[in-house]
Amino acid sequence: MKFDKQQYRFGLRDGLPIALGYFAVAFALGIAAKNAGLNALQAGIASFLLNASAGEYAGFTLIAAGATYGEVALMTLITNARYFLMSCSLSQKLDQSVSVWHRMIIGFDVTDEIFGVSMAVPGKLCPYYTYGVMSLAMPGWASGTVLGVLAGSVLPLRVVSALSVGLFGMFIAIIVPPARTNKVIAALIPICFALSFAADRLSLFSGISTGVKTIALTVVISVAAALLFPKKEEQV
Amino acid sequence: MSGNVWIYIGVMAVVSYLIRVLPLLLMRKQIKNTFIKSFLYYVPYVTLSVMTFPAIMDATASPYAGIAALIIGIVMAYCKRSLLQVAVTCCAVVFILELFLV
Repeated sequence: MKFDKQQYRFGLRDGLPIALGYFAVAFALGIAAKNAGLNALQAGIASFLLNASAGEYAGFTLIAAGATYGEVALMTLITNARYFLMSCSLSQKLDQSVSVWHRMIIGFDVTDEIFGVSMAVPGKLCPYYTYGVMSLAMPGWASGTVLGVLAGSVLPLRVVSALSVGLFGMFIAIIVPPARTNKVIAALIPICFALSFAADRLSLFSGISTGVKTIALTVVISVAAALLFPKKEEQV
Repeated sequence: MSGNVWIYIGVMAVVSYLIRVLPLLLMRKQIKNTFIKSFLYYVPYVTLSVMTFPAIMDATASPYAGIAALIIGIVMAYCKRSLLQVAVTCCAVVFILELFLV
């Protein structure tokens, strides 16, 4: 497949706002990475390789808690499970002639936002469009994380406290909008909050680590939701 | 921390890459199983919700500032504000409230 300059430029155009957003959010992630004991190089490489906000945050939390490699692998699998579904949809958006190499590069940076803009392209997806988005989004994400680790330590405690909430703000921005139209998700959010609060505060569960609680709650609640409210074909 | 950071990063990198690339390489048809599709559909919302609360109260110096950021963030996200706007506003709410609370 020949290099398509125009598609690449379209990708750069849509990648710029994504990169700016990533930079701010990754800054907060860098603070979390630093709290978990990672240095700037480790956090930057983690962000470059993982490109996953919730997945990285969960991973760093588990690392800080002294989790095993297996627990970290399981948590990464669960927090990134949605990318599996996104890649399934994305595979249908690519022409059958798109080579294995192109598929392997696109697969490196399937995120909520890049998936979103890639699926919004009319017709089939040209890999060079996604590469344009990636060329700005990936440096934004990795450099934001590095600066978060570095500047997190020189910033006043007050500022760090405020920035730490940025990542939660991003989570809220992902989970809440679908609740407008989907009643199941609208009901799930307060249920998750309540059960998570109970698991965190009840002495009954105090012997279980935060990471294991998150995995268990995610699987139990998602299985229950899938059994009680299976998604109909057209809704996915 | 109990293990080697580079091994942790390697484990996370391999797992997250395989999750993303395998469907692109292997999937020729859509998933048919309704239960698996539904489970995968709900997972992101459930896991992000579980991770947000009560953790947001512990992330801030004052738990009340965290609660306020959560409520204002939910209202803004419900009004379709962008990811960046919601994240920045939550930070601003905590910063301003903690000037008075802490």
